Amino acid sequence: MNFPILSIITFLPIVAAVIMLMVPAQRKNEVRAIALGTAVIDLVLSAWVYIGYLRGNMIGYQFIEHYNWLPALGISLYFGVDGISAPLVLLTGIVMFTGVLISWGDDDPHIMAGIQDRPREFFAFLFILAWGVFGVFVSLDLFMLFFFYEIAVFPMYLLIAIWGWAQTREYAAMKLTLYLFIGSVVSLVGVLAMYWVAGQNTGIYTFDMLQMEKAGFSPIFQYIWFLPVFLGFAVLGGIWPFHNWSPDGHVAAPTAVSMFHAGVLMKLGAFAALRVGIMLLPEGAKQWSWLIMLFAGVAVVYGAYIAFVQTDMKYMIGFSSVSHMGLVMLGLSTLNHDGLLGAGVQMFSHGVMTALFFAVAGMIYDRAHTRQIPELGGMSKAMPFAALGFIIGGLVSMGMPGFSGFVAEFPIFMGVWRVQWLVAVIASISIIITAAYILLVIRRVFFNPMPEKLEGHIVDVTVLDKVAIGTLCFFMILIGIIPSVMVPMMETGVKYILNILYPGGI
Amino acid sequence: MFTPELFASILPEILILILGMLILIVEPFWKEERRRNVGWLTAVGLFLSIIISLIFGQPSQPTSVLGGMIRFDWLGFFFKLLFMFAGAITALLLMDHEKAGRRGESYLLLLASLLGMNLMAVSADLIMLYLSIETASIPLYILAGFIVSDEHSTEAGFKYFLFGTLTSTIMVYGFSLIFGFAGTTNIYQLAEMFSAGHISLLIVFSIIALVMVGFAFKVTVVPFHFWAPDVYQGSPTPVAGFLSTASKAAGFAVMVRFFFVAFPFKDAPDYIHTWAWTLAALAAITMTVGNLLALPQTNIKRLLAYSSIAHAGYTLIGVVAFSQLGAASVVFYLAAYIATNLLAFGIVMAFSRVTGLDDLKDYAGMSRRNPLLALMMLSAFLSLTGMPPFGGFVAKVVVFAAGVQAGYTWLVIIGILNSVIGVYYYLNAMKYVYLYRMPDQDEENHPIPLTRPYGIALVILTIAVILIGVMFAPWFNWANAGAVNLF
Repeated sequence: MNFPILSIITFLPIVAAVIMLMVPAQRKNEVRAIALGTAVIDLVLSAWVYIGYLRGNMIGYQFIEHYNWLPALGISLYFGVDGISAPLVLLTGIVMFTGVLISWGDDDPHIMAGIQDRPREFFAFLFILAWGVFGVFVSLDLFMLFFFYEIAVFPMYLLIAIWGWAQTREYAAMKLTLYLFIGSVVSLVGVLAMYWVAGQNTGIYTFDMLQMEKAGFSPIFQYIWFLPVFLGFAVLGGIWPFHNWSPDGHVAAPTAVSMFHAGVLMKLGAFAALRVGIMLLPEGAKQWSWLIMLFAGVAVVYGAYIAFVQTDMKYMIGFSSVSHMGLVMLGLSTLNHDGLLGAGVQMFSHGVMTALFFAVAGMIYDRAHTRQIPELGGMSKAMPFAALGFIIGGLVSMGMPGFSGFVAEFPIFMGVWRVQWLVAVIASISIIITAAYILLVIRRVFFNPMPEKLEGHIVDVTVLDKVAIGTLCFFMILIGIIPSVMVPMMETGVKYILNILYPGGI
Repeated sequence: MFTPELFASILPEILILILGMLILIVEPFWKEERRRNVGWLTAVGLFLSIIISLIFGQPSQPTSVLGGMIRFDWLGFFFKLLFMFAGAITALLLMDHEKAGRRGESYLLLLASLLGMNLMAVSADLIMLYLSIETASIPLYILAGFIVSDEHSTEAGFKYFLFGTLTSTIMVYGFSLIFGFAGTTNIYQLAEMFSAGHISLLIVFSIIALVMVGFAFKVTVVPFHFWAPDVYQGSPTPVAGFLSTASKAAGFAVMVRFFFVAFPFKDAPDYIHTWAWTLAALAAITMTVGNLLALPQTNIKRLLAYSSIAHAGYTLIGVVAFSQLGAASVVFYLAAYIATNLLAFGIVMAFSRVTGLDDLKDYAGMSRRNPLLALMMLSAFLSLTGMPPFGGFVAKVVVFAAGVQAGYTWLVIIGILNSVIGVYYYLNAMKYVYLYRMPDQDEENHPIPLTRPYGIALVILTIAVILIGVMFAPWFNWANAGAVNLF
């Protein structure tokens, strides 16, 4: 019996949430300390898993844990990570850690940063969310994956509705919850159908995904059920035309929740779509990949264009997320080595990058009380460290060599080119548009002269904020300079998927 | 004649009877202000009865006892435990009810009704069935109209009584037809008569339709649901909670046993399928109507009433499936639903005891007035929505799984669309609790204190809701053990 490290990573947040809820409401700093301590432990442990996988033999699933849960229906707690999920576990650790730092709050009445109102409940709900997210990434049991997936959906409603931006929070929170809930229950029907058919085919009724991969679903079954399952999960991945909830949700959410939402939750959708849709129904994936590619291609260009015309910083980042997640979906739709590899790296890279964007946007809003790009300016002098972070994030977003974005996007376009060169050409337009809006916003917000209204009101970011920005930048640069810390690992996961897709070799 | 097994088969009922008599003896000697303690006695007594029954009264092989009147099996036993649990919690919630809490009669009526429900769950004979249904119903008519000084309560009691007697008369007519054509009243012998095919299809259908009216009233299946919102709103809140959980579960217990046993699926003639389709249509209509009518509600008790109608629709999916998993899913669903809905009604009760209000808008700022109560309400409502890690999620998945297995994918899709509607109005209620504030924003000075019985009852229920949702194996295995007995 190994050290149950994945269970600890997964269940630590919920334990911490329960403990926090028992702390008296006035003791805000104790609550924050518990939150930060938990986040640090989870970050260290998830880095441990990552490094452990990287230094090990990197084959298949590692850190396996298996406990029977409901044997009568073949449900078990079955945890394990492969080359694709291990980076995502690390990503969740990073975003959780930085999210807590950003939400720590500053008692300075001029800033009003972070979470001042009921931090106990805020951190508790945030950690329940983290519990669900970790659970999805490590679950190898379809029922438990679904269980955790739903857990990751409902705290978002409360987090956005209670602590969000007062103008749109009720609308955005309800819209987001309904979209995600519809998506998840549509896939639930598919999951149940897969369970029964797999049981009939093999005689073993189980939700174990490694068993279900060998269930031999008939092509017609896969053809029927692939779309509901894949698209149901991909709603959370922000796939066009079901992306509408996402920018509204980003804008209304408080900073840390935006970071979680764009940084991790959207990956949850793409990951579940990959794991359940493509890996369990590979023939269906081959038949429908053209449609996914079409949707993703539209998302990439359309998202970038809409981001370009936004004047609200958070809407801009929100639509750029749609565009970048479109790249992930585009990579998945290629079903070849390069595309899948790029999609995997892009999930990590975009998660870190967009968390950084939202963190900085939140810091600016806390101080300037506006997110309208034309009303901002001169931030590079007032908060140089945040400006530096935003610029690095921008370079990643544009896909500059030397940063993680390049490592991710280049293989995606290579993979797409092999399948359909025209899509690659059209999708690459988005790179130009992205460069345009990123450079514009950097110039306007950070380097234009500061408007008189804001003069003297802008205070530099706190030390905790700087730690958060520094952490996020570190990972983006690390992967950009030394891709070998992630790419070979991702490759093992991709090979596993390719084996399922093309059992006879390519 | 009087074997240990016979004793074990009615052990819970004997214990309830002893408890009732104890209350009758003790209550007159207690002073008026101490009479609330009858509630402690009832609750502790029922919890003890659960434990004693678990130790001495567990069934092994299903057998018919008492001249074929009672079937002693796991299905009935598990239901009995559920009813007694619901009864104990209801007794705790009754204690601090302003009008009913200090009256020994209310607890006695509760126990009498409980006795009837326990017998409903195990009846193997139509005569026994009818007697137990009436034993369960008549005390509830009185309890619903218990507060004589309150117009709404009297109206609720009377309405419940009228609808109840009317539907049960129709049901008895169905029973009499059964006896007339089949020549037996034993459910287990009926199976042979029906599967032999001596009885014409038309007769079978009219029997099912007539009997179904009685059952449909109990479990609030549309179109026999009209009484529910008015009765839930008017009757004392703990009684409404009991009506919407234990009483409904008892209806399902009877329905599952009657339909699964008397109309066996194994070598079923075609009319079973036709019948199942009718039932499926009823399920679809019930959940859709319940959910759609819950949307515009502004009173939380009416909202819960319509939501409980919708939940009857979800549970029916398991009945429609006509399979072992279907039966197990019904039992599991009811276990989760009893804990969840009692919690919801308990919170409504705790809130209105302090504030005297039960409109949704009055819940504004509740999370600041009592954060613990708000969290418990969140658990209850998310469980009703069907979100993990609460009981409602697993229950829904199991019911839907049974539906997909039996080939009713369209019904499951309707169920799923309905739960999306549910998300909207349940979360809408939580919005008042967490997001809005009181008009004067002075929540600090308007706390909602919980008395001890409420604290205990609500915490037990919250733990139960989470336990069913996380550690679902034991509950499911019990439900499954019951379902096996039907096949």
